[in-house]
Parts: sequence; C-alpha cells; structure tokens
Amino acid sequence: MKTSVTAGPHAERLSTLVSNKPAKVDSKTGLELFRDMTLGRRFEDKCAEMYYRGKMFGFVHLYNGQEAISTGVIGAMRRKHDWFCSTYRDHVHALSAGVPAREVMSELFGKETGCSKGRGGSMHLFSKEHHLLGGYAFIGEGIPVALGSAFTSRYKRDAQGDSTSDAVTAAFFGDGTCNNGQFFECLNMAQLWKLPILFVVENNKWAIGMAHDRATSEPEIWRKASAFGMAGEEVDGMDVLAVRGAAERALERARSGEGPTLLECLTYRYRGHSLADPDELRKEEEKQFWAKRDPLKGLESDLIKSGLVSEDQLRMIEKEIDQEVVDAVDFALAAKEPEPSELTRYIWAED
Amino acid sequence: MAGTLLFNALREAIDEEMARDSNVCVMGEDVGQYGGSYKVTKDLYEKYGELRVLDTPIAENSFTGMAVGAAMTGLRPIVEGMNMGFLLLAFNQISNNMGMLRYTSGGNFTIPTVVRGPGGVGRQLGAEHSQRLEAYFHAVPGIKIVACSTPTNAKGLMKAAIRDDNPVLFFEHVLLYNLSEDLPSGDYICALDQADIVREGNDVTILTYSRMRHHCLKAVEKLDSEGVDVELIDLISLKPFDMKTIAASIRKTHRVIIVEECMKTGGIGAELIALITEQCFDELDCPPVRLSSQDIPTPYNGQLENLTIIQPHQIVETAKQMIAKGV
Ligand SMILES: Cc1ncc(C[n+]2csc(CCOP(=O)(O)OP(=O)(O)O)c2C)c(N)n1
Ligand SMILES: [Mg+2]
Repeated sequence: MKTSVTAGPHAERLSTLVSNKPAKVDSKTGLELFRDMTLGRRFEDKCAEMYYRGKMFGFVHLYNGQEAISTGVIGAMRRKHDWFCSTYRDHVHALSAGVPAREVMSELFGKETGCSKGRGGSMHLFSKEHHLLGGYAFIGEGIPVALGSAFTSRYKRDAQGDSTSDAVTAAFFGDGTCNNGQFFECLNMAQLWKLPILFVVENNKWAIGMAHDRATSEPEIWRKASAFGMAGEEVDGMDVLAVRGAAERALERARSGEGPTLLECLTYRYRGHSLADPDELRKEEEKQFWAKRDPLKGLESDLIKSGLVSEDQLRMIEKEIDQEVVDAVDFALAAKEPEPSELTRYIWAED
Repeated sequence: MAGTLLFNALREAIDEEMARDSNVCVMGEDVGQYGGSYKVTKDLYEKYGELRVLDTPIAENSFTGMAVGAAMTGLRPIVEGMNMGFLLLAFNQISNNMGMLRYTSGGNFTIPTVVRGPGGVGRQLGAEHSQRLEAYFHAVPGIKIVACSTPTNAKGLMKAAIRDDNPVLFFEHVLLYNLSEDLPSGDYICALDQADIVREGNDVTILTYSRMRHHCLKAVEKLDSEGVDVELIDLISLKPFDMKTIAASIRKTHRVIIVEECMKTGGIGAELIALITEQCFDELDCPPVRLSSQDIPTPYNGQLENLTIIQPHQIVETAKQMIAKGV
C-alpha cells in the first residue's frame, strides 16, 4: 500500500519496516486466529453499546484496531502455561488468554460472576486460572509484575532445579508507557538476568492526546532494546501473521534461555482513548489511512488468497461469535451482584 | 554467652526460613555479595546463590513490583529497602500492587511478600535518611505493618512475616541493630498482630513502638522511683492495632500517653488516638496525649535533631503532669 504523506511519520514507518518473516499457518490455526480477532472486535463493539446504554461505568478503553497484536502474540503462546500481563486496555488480552467472554462481560457489569468478582472492573481484569496477571490502571506498573513472573520461571528452573520450568511471560503496554522509568528499569533487569519475557509495545501513536513523536526523543521504540544489548524487532501490528512470526522468534529465544525481546508493533486504535474521550485531535486522513489496514480484513484476504479457508467458513465464525457475545451479555445481565455482606472480603489472604 | 545482636537475629530468621522453604528469596540493593547495608543478609548469598539472594540494580519501584509478580506466581520474596526511605520510589508498587491487588483481583492472587529495612531517625543522617514511612504507608489497604524493637521479637516477627500470606511492611530501626539479647532456643514465632505488654502497671498506659520503646523504658524507671506505676505497651503491630490489648489496659489505668518517633501530623498516634476516642472514651479520666516528633524535616545538627524527637525526660514530665491533675 502506498503511504500517504498526510497520515504522518508513524504511518510512514510501515513502508520502511525491516522485512521480517510472517508466520506460516495451516487452515486450523488460520481459523483460530480469525476467531480470536473477531471475538476481540465484536466483544468491544458490544461494550461500546452497553456503555452508552448505561450498563457499564467508569473508564472503558477499547481495543479496536489492535487485535492482531493480542491474537498474534498470545495465540503463539501456551495458554494456562505462559503468563500474560496487560494494562487498562485489557478486555481482548483476557479473551485471547482464554478467559470466557461471560466472565469478562460480567466483570464489566460489576457482577459476582466476573473474573475479578466485580471488584476490579474494566481496568482490573485478573484470572489466575488463565494466567492473566492482570489489567493495571497505572501506566507502566504492570511491567515489573510481568518481570517478576518471568523471574519465577527462571528461579524454578535454576534455583529449584525444575527443568520443565519454561513458561514465558508477555507484557503488553503502549507507546506512551515507554517514556516511564519502569519500562527502562525492567528492560535492564530482564536482559541482565536473561529472563524469559516479551515486552510487547502496542504503538498506536497516541497516549490519550499526546502524539508519540511529541513525547519521545527516539520514536522507534524497538531501537531502545539495543541500549540494553537486547533483541528488538519492529513489526506491522496490523498484520497478525507478521506479529505471530515475530512472537515465535521471541518465544524461541526466551525458552532457550537467551532472554527477553522488545517487540514494537505499529498499530492504531480505531476509537477514542476511552469511551469518555471526544477524540478531537486525531486527523481524519490519519484515521482513514489506518482504517484501510483493518487487521481482520487483512487476515481474511491472506487466508482466502492462500486457499486455506473459504469465505463461508469465516462468515460462519462471525455468526458464532455474535452468538457468543450476545450470550455473554445475557449471562452478565442475569448474573448476581456481589453480596453487600462481602464488601470487605479479599483484603486479606485468609478470606 | 554474649547474646545475639538484633541484625543477627533478623539474619537467623531469614536463614532459617530460606532453609525451610525454597520459595523464600531475598531481593534488593547490595543484599547479596555485600551482605546488606546493615549485614542482615550477610553470607546468605554464598549459602543460597545469586538467584535466591538477588542483588538488584537501584530501581526501587521496579524491583518491588518484580517481587509482587514473583509472589503472584508462587515465590515468597523478601524485599530489602536499603533504607526504608528509598521506598518512597516504590510507593506505587507497594500501594497499588502489594496492598490492593488481592482485592481488585477478587481474590485471584495472594501477595506473600515482606518489605523490610532500616527506618527511623538515626544519628545525624539528615532529613532524607531519617524518614518514618510507617506513617506514610498507614492508609494503604491490604498491608500489615509491624515494627520490631528487640532481638527476640525481631527474629520471631520476621519469621511470622515471611510465613504470612499477606504483604507485610517490616520496620527495623537504624539505632537498634546492635542491641544484644539471649534469644529463646528453637523455632519460635511472635504473632504479628499482638502488642507486647512490656511492663504492667496501674497509673497510666504508655503506647509506643520501635526505638521509642527504649526511651520509654528509661522514663518508666525514673517514674517508678517517683511512685508512678506505668503500664508500658509496645504496639508491635502498627496496622492493624491490637485494640484488645490497648483497650484492656486503658480500662485499668484510665490514662494514656502515646510516644512515637513519627511526626505528629498524620502519624501513627493520630490514628491510634482516634480509635481510642471512638472505643474507650468513657474509660478515659483525662484527654489522651501524643508525644511525637516535630513536624519538620529532621535537621542534621545533633542538638536540633535531639530536639526534634521525643526524649525520656519529656515522657516523665508528661506522665507526672497527667497524674498530678488528680483525675
Ligand atoms: C501513572 C499514570 N499516569 C497517567 C495515567 C493516565 N493515562 C492513562 S492512559 C494514558 C496514556 C497511555 O498511552 P499509551 O501508553 O500509549 O497506551 P494506549 O492508551 O495508547 O494504549 C495516560 C496518560 C495513568 N493511567 N497512569
Ligand atoms: Mg498509545
């Protein structure tokens, strides 16, 4: 695709990417990726609808446009074995990690059946069962937690002698977060101790209203890895097969004891920062440019062109996903509120 | 026998717990090869290796957060603040992720961590190295706060803190590391939530913690010689307070003085006095009194520093005045 000048330097980077190999997938995996991305997209669309209908509250940050990253990275990892750490923009990471849509939707409705028992909300999704270390509402604060989880993998292997300990942790965060100290501190420690971790930057160009190149002295975030002697890679974050390919390479490094990778995924969010954001700063040309690179459409065309799947199969998946999302809403609407008598439960480990 | 120095009592506790449970590990600045800035982890690096006694870069917020992530995935980390004051840089991780995460996760995760290190006002260390973070952290939900004051309770409390499944902020005091005492033999534990009745008495209750326990002991001796019978209680647990023990004492003496090293405004005593007023108002014969440090950055000059924190003679005078009012 020809890069339009008006879409700006972030967009222009897509045409100068150091070429890297996309993942090869069979039809089964291709369909799984499509399913996961479709679920992410349609779940979020339903959230917007529910928010405007007054069913969910607070700050709700949607993931539309960035699906190829959650699906590309988590889909290449081992669910319930590897660990995942997110931010406040966490619904889709939770879904990709395997947290049932019912549990995520219930959490957004504040119900007892939510994955955080209605105590967390949109920005605090957790599931120990699905190895979701959490959604974190302060930028950057999830990165050290992810580092700790990667430390545990190494500790089990090298201090406790468990040779099967090969879990890798993926930490997801945004471009704006890469200007925070915890990012640099953790890159340093991860490389120093060769921890099995993927730092996945979802560079969507914006940190609320702060454009990336107004906030950072070196906009190519993946290059910052080299200051720590770490492997870094930039990838088209709208292309799930490219993301998956990069994730596979990083996972191989991590599992073989070579340590961390900084993976910068170039992407864009299709909605405002949160559902409360009037989204007045971003230019129409820029939005148009990225709309044309919709990651779902991209995967669809890749899969069909390669003859791996038929269009009917994809439409069928969309129907099933719509059902799943409606089911999640029905379930969440009917679910119980937390018991007022349990207001102070979960403060201490004993209750 | 010469007895055990307080820093060695802490070291024994950590050593014994690390030997008992391979999930227990230590992380912080200079805890490994250097043995800790006050030698609390001396030789443990050689004994347990570089992963179990991890020398971290100077990155307080990040290594504290790393301890949280390690705890969420099965380890039981002990974080050393080289000086507790430096953990101001870790306020984010201590508050949001140690304190609140279990709750916001709806019980998904527990955070069995100990954050320990030297606190309090030392000798002319200047304002930044003389902080009393127990007061700053007091409002954070979900963390326990304890302060040790003798070699015996240092060891027993440290072992209890390591075994506790909740995050525990564990305050040591820079000026108490060289206290010496014969320790009880064997594997003993001191309850994290129990105040220590240091001396029983009938005339007035003095509530204190950490180094001020020893200032109070000096005052008690003097008061005793003048016929004032003090009940001295070391709070031990700064959060939650052992209100059962405290209330029982006030029901007996009907008078209470709080002696603390933190500043008066927003201090430990502020919260304690509020609770006493709420729960024991009818038992009090006179208004409770706080003896706290001045609301100022601790000055370097030795004389000014002494004027900043409470001295034994002030405790004596306050107790005598309170009794003399004859209520
Ligand atoms: C410590 C902290 N400071 C400020 C905020 C407010 N805030 C929320 S999101 C955000 C922008 C983050 O941008 P980026 O890292 O690019 O992630 P994105 O929202 O684009 O996914 C800011 C400033 C916060 N949540 N935490
Ligand atoms: Mg961004």
